[in-house]
Amino acid sequence: MESKTYQKAVVLTDRMDYLAPLSNNLCYALAVEQLMGVKVPERAEIARVLLTELQRISSHLVWLGTHALDLAAMSVFLYAFREREQILDVFELVSGARMMTSYFRIGGLAYPLPTEFLPTVQTLLDTLPGRIDEYEDLLTNNPLWLERTVGVGVIDGPAAVAYGLSGANLRASGVALDIRKTKPYSGYETYQFDIPIGTRGDIYDRYRVRVAEMRQSVRIAQQAHERLSALGPGPVTTANRKVAPPPKSEITESMESLIHHFKLWTEGFKPPRGDSYLSIESPRGILGCYVVSDGGPKPWRVHFRAPSFINLQALPHMAKGRLVADLVALIASLDPVLGEVDR
Amino acid sequence: MLRPEQLIDIMTNSDLLRALQERFGATILDSSDQYGELQLHIRREELPDVARLLHDSHGFDYLENLCGVDYLGREPRFEVVYHLLAIATNQRLCLKVGAPEQDARVPSLIALWPTATYQEREVYDLFGITFDGHEHITRILLPDDWVGHPLRKDVPLGDEEIAFTFNQERIYAHKPFAQE
Repeated sequence: MESKTYQKAVVLTDRMDYLAPLSNNLCYALAVEQLMGVKVPERAEIARVLLTELQRISSHLVWLGTHALDLAAMSVFLYAFREREQILDVFELVSGARMMTSYFRIGGLAYPLPTEFLPTVQTLLDTLPGRIDEYEDLLTNNPLWLERTVGVGVIDGPAAVAYGLSGANLRASGVALDIRKTKPYSGYETYQFDIPIGTRGDIYDRYRVRVAEMRQSVRIAQQAHERLSALGPGPVTTANRKVAPPPKSEITESMESLIHHFKLWTEGFKPPRGDSYLSIESPRGILGCYVVSDGGPKPWRVHFRAPSFINLQALPHMAKGRLVADLVALIASLDPVLGEVDR
Repeated sequence: MLRPEQLIDIMTNSDLLRALQERFGATILDSSDQYGELQLHIRREELPDVARLLHDSHGFDYLENLCGVDYLGREPRFEVVYHLLAIATNQRLCLKVGAPEQDARVPSLIALWPTATYQEREVYDLFGITFDGHEHITRILLPDDWVGHPLRKDVPLGDEEIAFTFNQERIYAHKPFAQE
């Protein structure tokens, strides 16, 4: 990333946590925006919230499907991937790519939202709650599921904090730490939602917390959808031409726009000297981005605090004294993405 | 999550800075306000003492991020950055510790925050900064036989020479598979 300009480095963030590329885009974009003091239009902020919540649901669906698969429950996997495909269709609609979206750019969004976006999302949001009930019917009171998960892999609150667990893994141990509430970004403070927490800190609690989180995400996405509908179409990037390129229509008419366009894509922009750290709540936990600028068009240093990497540290603590078969369930319940572990 | 056995002083950033300056004086080399968060440069010798006070008396129980930076051409060359969070008071703090090139070592904080274990190994792996007190400081991301520390700024970026007619013989001599 340190040999690319700030805009070009966005595509690399997709590839770290490949189940939540939009969350990675968001974290990087917010950290650079904080460094430069750039304000993003309200429409782009709402779209960012809506899409990252859909991302959270799709990521949790992969987790749920593969977790059940690891414990030999095949059907949940097929159902979960059916809904995930619908969500990926939404991402394809807005960005042209199902997974490596690179849709959130510094200063706003890559492209305006298409007109089909809102109706498609509404259909999705209408179907999701019923589908989440279906998964719960399959698993929540399933005796085989309970036997493999209840009381397995317990970690208590203080230990979870000491090991730096984050996301659903930490909240299942009863610690209500969610960056969306404690240090809101992109206007999360204006949305109504609850933070589900567990009590025992075992695999079953982590399952309950993630399923409850999917319901909360639907709730947030619904609110964001209403706001976007009320706001109507309009600009989705900042008006600051030093950061975001001007629209194509302007380039043919204005010399200054042409210069901005040329400068941005050849040289890039130059944030002021300094550093900026910002963390967001990704589907896997606290995702942090630390950017150091030396005043040039390329970042001097970019570091990502990867939740998967840090969550894995607690594995020996949780697995102590258990069977090897439990380890399979444990790894799945921590929801690590290995692309993010080694970045 | 406020634990009753732990008494935490809820302080504003400026009060916290004043308290730390009274206690440690010249240890704090520099302080600044970064987007509403306190940022402190401290001498590395006193890092464990400062960290212990912050952890025990000010409620900074969560080490959110630990990373290294290589400021090539500046003295001290390396810097290790810690981002702390107090969950109960929702206060954030950033600590920075410098380490010169000849003596690239920093005290380890795994006794206070076990979460630093992997993160310190990552910094060692990529920057070659050693952490005193870490009993198992080995490579974590790269293979054990890797030479050098790739995120140092004086390590050249890996690239591949492109074969043209004038240089293809020399390049393909090292790549028997490419001649098919």
